[in-house]
Amino acid sequence: MEVVFKEFPWVAVLILLPLLGGIVCFLFSGIAKFTGLMTVFFTALSVLGLGWQIFDNGVYRHAVGGWGAPLGIDLYADGLSLLMLAATAFVALGVSVYSAGYFERGYSTRFWPIWLFLLGALNALFLTADIFNLYVTLELMGLAAVALAGLAGGKNALTGAMRYLLATLLGSLVYLLGVALLYHGFGTVDITLLAQRAEASPVIWAAFGLIAAGLMLKTALFPLHFWLPPAHGSAPPPVSALLSALVVKASFYILLRLWLEIFGPLVSNTDVSTLFGLLGAAAILWGSVQALRQTRLKLMIAYSTVAQIGYLFLAFPLATAAGVAAWSAAMYLAFSHALAKAAMFLAAGNMLRFGGHDRISDLDRVVQRLPLAAAAFALAGMSIMGLPPSGGFIGKWLMLEVAIKQGRWEIVIVMILGGLLAAAYIFKVLGHTFTQAPSPHESKAVPASMEWSALLLAIAAVLLGFLAIPVLSLLNIGNPFGISEVTP
Amino acid sequence: MYFYALIGVGLFSVGLYALINYAHLLRKILALNVMGSGIFLILIALAKRTGETQPDVVPHAMVITGIVVAVSATALALTLMLKLAAETGRAELSEKDRD
Repeated sequence: MEVVFKEFPWVAVLILLPLLGGIVCFLFSGIAKFTGLMTVFFTALSVLGLGWQIFDNGVYRHAVGGWGAPLGIDLYADGLSLLMLAATAFVALGVSVYSAGYFERGYSTRFWPIWLFLLGALNALFLTADIFNLYVTLELMGLAAVALAGLAGGKNALTGAMRYLLATLLGSLVYLLGVALLYHGFGTVDITLLAQRAEASPVIWAAFGLIAAGLMLKTALFPLHFWLPPAHGSAPPPVSALLSALVVKASFYILLRLWLEIFGPLVSNTDVSTLFGLLGAAAILWGSVQALRQTRLKLMIAYSTVAQIGYLFLAFPLATAAGVAAWSAAMYLAFSHALAKAAMFLAAGNMLRFGGHDRISDLDRVVQRLPLAAAAFALAGMSIMGLPPSGGFIGKWLMLEVAIKQGRWEIVIVMILGGLLAAAYIFKVLGHTFTQAPSPHESKAVPASMEWSALLLAIAAVLLGFLAIPVLSLLNIGNPFGISEVTP
Repeated sequence: MYFYALIGVGLFSVGLYALINYAHLLRKILALNVMGSGIFLILIALAKRTGETQPDVVPHAMVITGIVVAVSATALALTLMLKLAAETGRAELSEKDRD
């Protein structure tokens, strides 16, 4: 029995189950909600199964159809993929329970198929071992994400979705051109083979430039973040949670994976890393200041995402000297940001449903009247600010430690400033939830499932702070950061 | 082989210029398609890399996949454009649509 479980191709289930579930939801709209919840639940269980498998046997490689690289498509899972899959599963569970209460009948039948397709695309993306398949999954994810962003209809949502679509398509095309150059240069799209064959040459530089530009656009790294706030700010709250928590992380994951395996060893002179670091720092400061200036809650959270993405890019300059530590810190941050930001958008959605608006200054005594949403927002805020003992604190602490050890004081200062600004915009919101608005308004009841799913995600983001050692050891299965460990 | 690849690069650049320069959404969507065709042309031209009479088939497979992706993306883009036009009366993204 145990052997069966250990040999079971969980990776195939992770990709096929959501796709199948999505089709069932589309065909039989009457049972869409039930099918959707079940699919997400069993997908999360499959992540557990895969985790067990990897924990026992080390990295997992699956040749689809028995073909194998270079001709066939390989699926590959190590600690890094597992961490992203786990983050996806957690956020998926929370958002799905929330959505079951949020979407009315008409929207529900449209939401579930697209969301399950997005889930399948995300899982496939984290398990892919070749750069062309990454392009396909990027497109699948992008199209599903755009469709979800435009789900609500109306001028703002459609405009945001359209801008998002143009940005994401441009990003994928630029990435694809990079893939074409790499294939021309080295005759393979398999990441492992590319890592062996690639050598520093003009082709590598051109391909790297294109791939990095395309992925930076999709990750919304400053100054390519212009599309993110309108799209994330005007989508329905559970969709914003998915976009901010998972979709932008997926393109960062690809950039990181390709950097670690292919480009890092070849182009990792400090100029490129420094450029990433500078853009990251600019993103933190600009995003935080913009977040502070917003008057609408959801736009504020969207700008906060722009800022938090900046932290992930600070790891590039730090990793030239301390690869494992810097990348572990960045991935820890990515994980806790996924949970906290999803919780924050869901809590904001509760306040929006409750009061019928999301103007920060008119949040009318939410603390007394909607205590669970306010608590979820505050706990998620703790992790975003990086207050102990939250997951965000551990991630930032690990990164600060690396920066201090290397004497990179400019990075330390940017991180502390970013934390202070985050505290400012989160306490601004919390302050308004205590006071009475100048114009008190009618309130609408919020289902308990929506309140609790937001709160549980926020609690998970805080609890992540206590799990540093198991999560970090999980992350290092298969030594995904090993290559960058070579000190210059 | 490089002649066709360079034409592909040219198409990609023309598309990128049009994508940035024109306001009308239909033009932007067409521009993205032109960019995509440019990349497909590059892939097909560079399939001759082996120097043998049989071209490398893998890039051809990629182009087929790419075409499927491009068709679906274009369909979604056109639908969104029509919905936006029905909602606002114009098939353009206004500069000041944030409130």
